Amino acid sequence: MFLDHTILSGLSDHKFKTILIGLAFSPNLKNNVYEAMRMVDFFDSKLILVHVGSKTKEKEIAIKELTSGFSDDTEKVKIIWREGDPVDVIIKTANENKADLIMLGATPREDFLKFYIGSIARKITRNANCSVLLLIKPSEDLRPCHHVVVNGLKDDKTKQTILAAFEVSQNLGAQQITVVEEISQQEVQVVVEDDKSLLKSIKRKEQITKKEHLRVQDILNEVPEEFKSGIHIKTQPIFGKRGYSIGHYARVKGADLLIMNAPGKTTFWDRIFPHDLEHILTELPTDVLIIR
Amino acid sequence: MKSIKTNTSGFLSSLPKNIFSGFVVSLIALPLGLGLALASEAPPISGIIAAIVGGVIVSVFGGSNVTIAGPGNGLVVVLLGAITTLANGDLYQGYLFTLAAIICSGVLMILIGLLRLGILGDFFPSSAIQGMLAAIGISIFAKQFHVMLANTGAKGDTISLLIDIPNSIVSLFSPEFYPLIVAAAVGIISLLIMVFYGKIRNKYFQLVPAPMWIVLLVIGLSYYYEFFSSETYPIDDSLLVQIPNKVFSSFPSPDFSSIFQLKFIGVVVAITLISSIESLLSIKAVDKLDPDKRRSNANKDLTALGIASIVSGFIGGLNVVTVIARSSVNVNNGGSNRSANFFHSVFLILFVVLFQDQLSRIPLTALAAILVYTGYKLAAPRNLKDAAKIGKEQFVIFSATIIGTITTNLISGIFIGIFTTLLIHFILNKSIMLFARNLFKPNVLMFKEEVNGTYFVGVKNFSSFLNYYRLKRNLDSIPEDSDVVVDFSYCDFVDYTVQESLFGYQETFQRKGGSFEVTGLDKHGTASEHPLAVRSLVSISRKFKIGTNLTKRQEDLQKVANDFSWNYSPKKQEDTTALNNFLFFKIKKVKYIYNNIFNNDSSVEISDVEFSEGEFIARKNSRTTILTIHLKKEIPIFTLDREGFIEFVYKIAGFKDISIEDHPDFSKRFFLLGEHTEKIKLFFTNELVLFFESNPYYHIESNGNTLLLMRKERVASVKEIKALLDYGIRLEKVISQIDFDEILLKSLQIKS
Repeated sequence: MFLDHTILSGLSDHKFKTILIGLAFSPNLKNNVYEAMRMVDFFDSKLILVHVGSKTKEKEIAIKELTSGFSDDTEKVKIIWREGDPVDVIIKTANENKADLIMLGATPREDFLKFYIGSIARKITRNANCSVLLLIKPSEDLRPCHHVVVNGLKDDKTKQTILAAFEVSQNLGAQQITVVEEISQQEVQVVVEDDKSLLKSIKRKEQITKKEHLRVQDILNEVPEEFKSGIHIKTQPIFGKRGYSIGHYARVKGADLLIMNAPGKTTFWDRIFPHDLEHILTELPTDVLIIR
Repeated sequence: MKSIKTNTSGFLSSLPKNIFSGFVVSLIALPLGLGLALASEAPPISGIIAAIVGGVIVSVFGGSNVTIAGPGNGLVVVLLGAITTLANGDLYQGYLFTLAAIICSGVLMILIGLLRLGILGDFFPSSAIQGMLAAIGISIFAKQFHVMLANTGAKGDTISLLIDIPNSIVSLFSPEFYPLIVAAAVGIISLLIMVFYGKIRNKYFQLVPAPMWIVLLVIGLSYYYEFFSSETYPIDDSLLVQIPNKVFSSFPSPDFSSIFQLKFIGVVVAITLISSIESLLSIKAVDKLDPDKRRSNANKDLTALGIASIVSGFIGGLNVVTVIARSSVNVNNGGSNRSANFFHSVFLILFVVLFQDQLSRIPLTALAAILVYTGYKLAAPRNLKDAAKIGKEQFVIFSATIIGTITTNLISGIFIGIFTTLLIHFILNKSIMLFARNLFKPNVLMFKEEVNGTYFVGVKNFSSFLNYYRLKRNLDSIPEDSDVVVDFSYCDFVDYTVQESLFGYQETFQRKGGSFEVTGLDKHGTASEHPLAVRSLVSISRKFKIGTNLTKRQEDLQKVANDFSWNYSPKKQEDTTALNNFLFFKIKKVKYIYNNIFNNDSSVEISDVEFSEGEFIARKNSRTTILTIHLKKEIPIFTLDREGFIEFVYKIAGFKDISIEDHPDFSKRFFLLGEHTEKIKLFFTNELVLFFESNPYYHIESNGNTLLLMRKERVASVKEIKALLDYGIRLEKVISQIDFDEILLKSLQIKS
């Protein structure tokens, strides 16, 4: 895959070559387009704007106007008009154009303290074949990205995700990456009832923490030095529900971007008893990037 | 690890104290056991059997250390209902059915213990539990008041019994009551002894507990009539305790024939529920008294109580629970391990065997007086007033549970309490969705902070009795000698049950040498002025806006300020322009500062700051604690950080890491950034460098005339604030000794 390729060729190569964003003519249109254009700038990639719906003169003018200040290069920006089911259209278009990142904007709900993403965005996140970036609040202006939190789960995909996190951090100019290892109660296996079981649980937690730390260190050792330069790396074991607590942590620490593994195939049951990514989708703590 | 040998010798050396303590406890357990059994309409000896079996079995199989097991007052109401109704009024048959129910509930208790379901006890809101206990107290009081006045015939529900009390008092003065007057007098005098016992400060008098005084006096009275008086004992046999002649040979056999009837199952559930709750509450409370600060294994204790209840049921005893009053007497008299519980049983056996005749001289009215006092203590109107102080809504929950319990039964009562609590939470938050959407979310995050090993516990969404077990499970897994910060900044609603439990943790951590602090509640609105009042981000009442009612943390800050003889103000200050020219706040918007600790004579000041990043207020609201030092003279602009702590290091053009000559170690450990290298080098004198090298690390920056000190992007705990304040004052001293004018002069020389 592209990752092996990027490691070999170093920093000159970029991870996201083609970025796709779906457009709806909502008040958020301008912000979404601006966010996308900034990402394209950071990664020096191509941009595909997809509108699901009919093509009209006014809409065309509106989009042209928004993208005008950015690039006239038709090679770089492509606008696609298509009718149909938004989820299908966006995933299909992404496949056809070999997009490697889909950007989705969240809509604030209720109070302005929490962000939820709509059902369309959720379906796309679950079913897309490429990485997905969820923005909690697309904005017109640049928001600097200082702190990136990435999961260090015991999972085959984690290595790829951590490598991608470093690459993205370099491109966005982030100064810190925190690799979070979630340790669940099931892993500790000791229910604290009295002083004796407390001691046992502390010991067990220390063991697990050490083991997890070694595992993450192994991955970090494989990250090329040039990816690490200028970035402060921290590992943090946290105790809580897998997939949920990392979002909580990102929020408490005020992280700017949370990078997570893509989930395995989700079934009907996963939505009723949410786990891993589904938790994050119901309560976005910050901008979230899902690596596939 | 201690060796077995030292354990054994420790056990042996503490044995005399435990035997003594067990003896004192048995003095209370004897009259209480008789009384509780009588109040349940069971044979009086059944209460003693429960205490004996409980003491022996729980001391062997239990998981707690200084608790005492025996018949509990919470159960009186359930058992009374069971005995009087299970066989439609036939008391003895009802007793046999009830014994079967006790055995069944013992089996359930064992299951609860083995499946580690003791945690279920956390699903009851505290006001509802308090209401239930008060209702039990009222029921005991209402029934026993009549017995105390020698009116054993009073029947009916609690309310009619309460209404009847004046009648019983009036009938004392009617002529046909004359034969009972001595019995009634014994009852009233016994009650007076219970009430005034605590007020008499005499070492020797206090050696014997009040209930035992009563027993001794009434037995003495009966001997007086037997040996010295020509008259016969003026208390009728029907008003004396009946002790069977062969206590330990003929046991009643429990009747399991109605085991599948709904009524029977209801009794089993009620007994199990109440005995589990009463035991769990007692274990938790007694752990706070334990002189050796051990932690009890509640689940193991529940299993042991279940076994004890089964054994007790088979030999005709009531069921066994952990009891708080006797346990605290145990601690007060030097009980230090489970053997005290065991010896309390041994002494009870001795009493029953040796003093059988004397025991049957005790009038029922005397025992009833003991129970009237116990009932009053449980129902104490003060509890109601305390609930009202915490908030109107707690008063409503408390009252609803009492009324529900008295008018229906215990189970319905507690559920009425739970539903009232839920309803009130919905109304307070003007939302059901907050609860519905987040109920099953794992809302608790815990991690150990890198810098000094503080445990950070973050709670999100809402925190109430519904999901408290998640928080509790995390808190339980933290050793009590460590520092903990529980943060509710992202929590919209925190109820009283949670706050009360956290308060308990606070005490425990303090006792065991750790610290436990709750942050993030300062900005929540509250319903009353009580520090543990319900707190919600939705403003509950207009009367108590933020700042008028102090949280526990704010009260502690007040104390810290007092300790230093400084001033404290919780008020929000919107004018924060002074902070804006610090690098840290350059890309952040300071909303307000609050919780100031200051002193008019000092240039040092501590405050909490609420800020947001960029213009996206909704996006990242953070809070932190800062210390500022206002300097009288101008100093160079710089920032100082320890290497490796990147959070505070800014990539700002023109700033570069400055190394101080002759201090390679300092230069290696710290990032010193600033524009005017020469000035900064002059400013960092040997004394200042030494100060930074030998003290804990803080992020420090200067904006020319003010120094800003901080450590984390979260509000500091009280312990951290003390350290910060101390550091700030010392730093101010060091800096004030630096000769600014000389520095300025030198820098001018360099320029020219």
